[in-house]
This record gives sequence, structure tokens and C-alpha cells, in this order.
Amino acid sequence: MQPFTTLTGVAAPLDIMNVDTDMIIPKQYLKTIKRTGLGTGLFAEMRFNEDGTENPNFVLNKPAYRKAEILVAGDNFGCGSSREHAPWALLDLGIRCVISTSFADIFYNNCFKNGILPIKVSQSDLDKLMEDARRGANATMTVDLQSQEIHGPDGGIVKFDMDEFRKHLLLNGLDDIGLTMEKAPAIDSYESKAAKSRPWL
Amino acid sequence: MANSSAPRTLYDKIWDDHVVDTQPDGTCLLYIDRHLVHEVTSPQAFEGLRMTGRKVRAPEKTLAVVDHNVPTSDRSHGISDPEAATQVAALAENAREFGIEYFNELDKRQGVVHIIGPEQGFTLPGTTIVCGDSHTSTHGAFGALAHGIGTSEVEHVLATQTLIQSKAKNMRITVDGKLPAGVTAKDIILAIIGEIGTAGGTGHVMEYTGEAIRALSMEGRMTICNMSIEGGARAGLVAPDEKTYAYLMGRPKAPKGMAWDMAKAYWETLVTDEGAHFDREIRLDAANLPPIVTWGTSPEDVVSVAGVVPHADSGHTEQKKAAIARALDYMGLKGGEKMTDIKLDRVFIGSCTNGRIEDLRAVAKAVEGKKVASTVSAMIVPGSGLVKLQAEEEGLDTIFKAAGFDWREPGCSMCLAMNADKLAPGERCASTSNRNFEGRQGFKGRTHLVSPVMAAAAAIEGHFVDVRNWG
Repeated sequence: MQPFTTLTGVAAPLDIMNVDTDMIIPKQYLKTIKRTGLGTGLFAEMRFNEDGTENPNFVLNKPAYRKAEILVAGDNFGCGSSREHAPWALLDLGIRCVISTSFADIFYNNCFKNGILPIKVSQSDLDKLMEDARRGANATMTVDLQSQEIHGPDGGIVKFDMDEFRKHLLLNGLDDIGLTMEKAPAIDSYESKAAKSRPWL
Repeated sequence: MANSSAPRTLYDKIWDDHVVDTQPDGTCLLYIDRHLVHEVTSPQAFEGLRMTGRKVRAPEKTLAVVDHNVPTSDRSHGISDPEAATQVAALAENAREFGIEYFNELDKRQGVVHIIGPEQGFTLPGTTIVCGDSHTSTHGAFGALAHGIGTSEVEHVLATQTLIQSKAKNMRITVDGKLPAGVTAKDIILAIIGEIGTAGGTGHVMEYTGEAIRALSMEGRMTICNMSIEGGARAGLVAPDEKTYAYLMGRPKAPKGMAWDMAKAYWETLVTDEGAHFDREIRLDAANLPPIVTWGTSPEDVVSVAGVVPHADSGHTEQKKAAIARALDYMGLKGGEKMTDIKLDRVFIGSCTNGRIEDLRAVAKAVEGKKVASTVSAMIVPGSGLVKLQAEEEGLDTIFKAAGFDWREPGCSMCLAMNADKLAPGERCASTSNRNFEGRQGFKGRTHLVSPVMAAAAAIEGHFVDVRNWG
């Protein structure tokens, strides 16, 4: 996994509440057996017209936001299914940070497994960042995970909270399966205890 | 395993019994007793194992089935969609290579993963259950801590039989009173989601209690827990009781003999202690609930069938007003329209929410001797091969076919429309499934979530009807 330390880039405003995973990556793109190449399906039903041409009104199709690396979105982003294809699709199109007032649990978890940083901020901070994002390509933001700060285009700073363990994994791009496998003795010992106390399992 | 004398919730107890390791920051390694695997969210996880040379730690605690992608037409001659066929073949091959039990598309035990887990007795009280599917919350009806995970976590569980987790908060939802005739478990959960919103349960595990929950069958409790995720919760729970034990006894993978007695003694301890702390409490009275229909594109967009579509200016914030306006536009509805005036093109009965035998019995009772409206195309997709067989033994399929319903093979089908079962743009559907998101049942398709009996009545009349005074 690619580490996430700092990111400076264009932020695209997606001012919609409850952006669900069906919106992020519609099911017709879930038939793949790979993790890569899903960017073509990202927000497909909003990004493209029925005939397959681009919808010029969708934010990521506007010239200012075509290279956006940050998404500023409405409340409850990523609700719905557990499909990890949602962060895979974001990543494939170059988006490595999503900022919202809240995220659905499974989507939030899935981001960290893929080097994407989801940031929760207050409604007033989100309003401010949404305003900044609306200013387009000349108004880049910098996200610094180490200091847990978002630096807006005018020098304004928004602080955010982050779980220490997740931060550690993301900053170092660590594979958590490898870390857990180092705890194999604890798992072995749990299993032998459980085999006695709940032998029917 | 933590020991505490303080009163604990059901969630606390299951959690405590599964902690393998706790880090200084509170992050835990949680043991997973049961892992369900399906074809859509697993291929990349198995590929990850292969690339790193890792094995499945406990194949005997893992069960694989195909459900999302399989056609619901006759599949004895293979699957014609090449991508779906590839994904199905990949699961078969992965199950073989890693030694995991697998129900293929021709196995009578095949079905929607959340229907077959309980059916086989794989789902048991007090266990931790995960699956790469958000509706894993269904299994909470048995007093199991069950939730959806992403594909990276599927790989983590395959490799280590554990999951890295932070503990969620406790939320209790008490449903008092008795349900009126024509009002069901589906209406209870839709009412709860309407009350708390789709982010209302975020970061929480919800325990459902109260007279109305106790009165529900296991099928009804599964419907409720299934949609906990639509309320944003990590998982839903109902404490096990005699109904739970009666359902499980004799199931193929349930304990037997002395093991059953020992298990039951443990299961009986799985109740929330008097005085245990809940971070949030919600209470509602079942006696006041109407049959509910969703009008918009979020499961929180609920209204009584006797009510009207809301106006955009009824939103409390600018964001909410914009969300209502967007949903009304997508759904092709105007504020103030009566729900019972809304005409339907399609009806879908099935899914992990409402594809069990009791759901099909309710539909059969409602439609026996009647005909599906000429303007409506209606399909019934049993939740599993065993549900299908049982329905056929009871003659329900004869009733459905005589009424003009299409009787299909089991699978997820038009709940998420990954296979050929989908809405055409603009088509309006009454659906017993769990999500009414934009495009969920097909590009520009319009979904209204309802109970099985409401869907059945809508199929017959061609528009929504209040089942409390119908039939």
C-alpha cells in the first residue's frame, strides 16, 4: 500500500448528502476479479450520459477538476454496500483524500486499506472547505496527516482527529495482515481456550 | 477474555468473548467464528493470499456460495454472461484450492448468503460472523455479532481468522406494543430508519428489544437486523430465546446432542444485564405503525402508505431541501401526491431482507385467487434453493403462477441488479429489498421499498394500496 503523508492538490466539491456506494461505483463494474481499472466506473451514472458521452455538468468533468485529488462531500459519504470497489475506483482516478462531516463505517475502514485518507470535519469547517473547493484549480489544498491539518488556499488551517493506529498504518503504508500474523501466538492461544469453553464451534 | 462485574450489554458480552489482543490505544484483534464468502467481493482477497503465499487459517469456519451474479433463470446449461461466469468460476476454483466448502449455482442449498447461513445452522448465537457484504447484519437476529467487511478485510480474515476492530457504541431500540394487522417487521425497520436517518446508527451496534420484537418470528427478526446497515449501524442484535433455539435445532451445521445442551446453556447467558449502559436509546410503539413505503432515493425517505409525497421545502436544512428536490426529480414525483395514486410497472419480491419462506407465505395468502394487474410485471425470487423447494412443497408456486407472477431461481437478483434482472430507465418498482438508491435496481430505475404483503397488493392493483383495508 502506498503511504499517505502529505497531499497537495485540487479539491472537487461534491455537495450531495448520502453519496452511496452504488453512486460511487455502480454494480455493473463489480464483475471484475481485479482491483485495478475501476476508475472508468467512478460515479459513472452521474459522470456519463446514457449514450456514454461525458456529462459536462458533473464536477469531475469540469476542466478545473479533472485532476482533482481531494473530494469535499456532503454528510454520510460512502453509505450502502461494503464494496471495496468504491475506494479502488476513487484511487484509480487519482483521488486520495475525501473530506466530509461523516462516513459510513465500512467505507471508512476500506479507505485506510488502500492508502486513501477519509477526514471527518465539523459542518462549519466543511462549509468553509466546500467554498474553497468551489474556487477551482487555482485554489489547492494541502492535507498533512502527520500534523492532522488541512491547509486551505488562503492559509486557513482546519485540524482533524485521527485514530493513532490507523494513522501509523497509513503514514507507513503498512500491510495490516502482516502485522496481525506476528500475533499468531495470541491467536493460537485464543483458539485453544475457545475450543474448551465453546467446543461446539 | 475480559471479565467484568459491571452490567454488560449483549454486544459487550459477545465482544469480550472474542478479544484476542488489545493494543494500548484500545484497538482490538477480534476472533471471527464464521466467515461467509460470495463471488463478488472475494476474488481479489484470494488473489492477495496467492501473491503473498498465505493460506486460509480456518477453512472449516468458512462457507462460500454464489448469489450476487447468478441468473435467476434456468442455469443448468451454464451462465451466459461471460463476466459473471468468470467470477463464479473464480469462486469455485478458490474454494477448491483453499479447501473451503462451496455451494455452487446448481446446489439446492445455494441461495443468498444471508439466507443460507441461518438455514444451515452455520449462524449461531454468540458467534462473530463476517462477510464481504453489508447485509451481514442479518445474522444479528440470532444474537450473533455480524457485520459486513471490505475485500481487504476478507483477506485479513481468511489469513488470520481475526479482524482489527475498535469497539462500537451501544444503542438500544425498544419496540413496544403489538403490530396492527397488515403491518410487519419490514414496516418496523423502515419506521426506525425514518426516525434516526441513514447515518443515525453510525458507529453503533443496535440491540432491538421490546414486546414487538419478542413477538416476531426469526424471519421477522432477520428482516429487522438486515436493514440495521441502512440505519448506519455496524450491526443489529436480538437476544436469543426459545424461538431462536427452535429455529436452529436440527439444522445441518447446528450442534447436536451434548454439544447442543452445552451451547444452549451458554446462549441463555446472552442477554443484556439489568442496568447496562447504552449510549443512545430509541423507543417506538408498534401499535401506532402504518404500512410504510419509501418515496425517495434513501431508505430514510419513508412515509405511511396513507400519506403523501413530501414537498422539497419540508427539509430542515438547505442540504436536506436539496436532497429532497434531487430525489423527487429522480423518482418523477411531485410533493403532495398521494402514495396510493402512485402506479407501478414492476414488482420484485425476494432478497436477503424478504426472501424467506414466511415472506412467500404472506404473499401467497394475499394473492391467492387474484391476478397481477395487466400493467405490472411481477417476479418472485426465493432466497435459497431450500426456500424454493419448501414453497413448492406447500403449493405456493402454483398460487403465484396462477396469479401471473414470474417464479424464479434463487439469488440476489433485482435487489442489486447485477444479473439480467433489472429495471429499464424510468420504470417504477415496488420492491421488498433494502435499498432505493439511484440506479440500484437498474440505470434510472425507481424503487419503492415495502413489505412483502404491500408489494403483493401493489402487484394486484397496479398501484400502492393500504393493506390494512384491502383484500
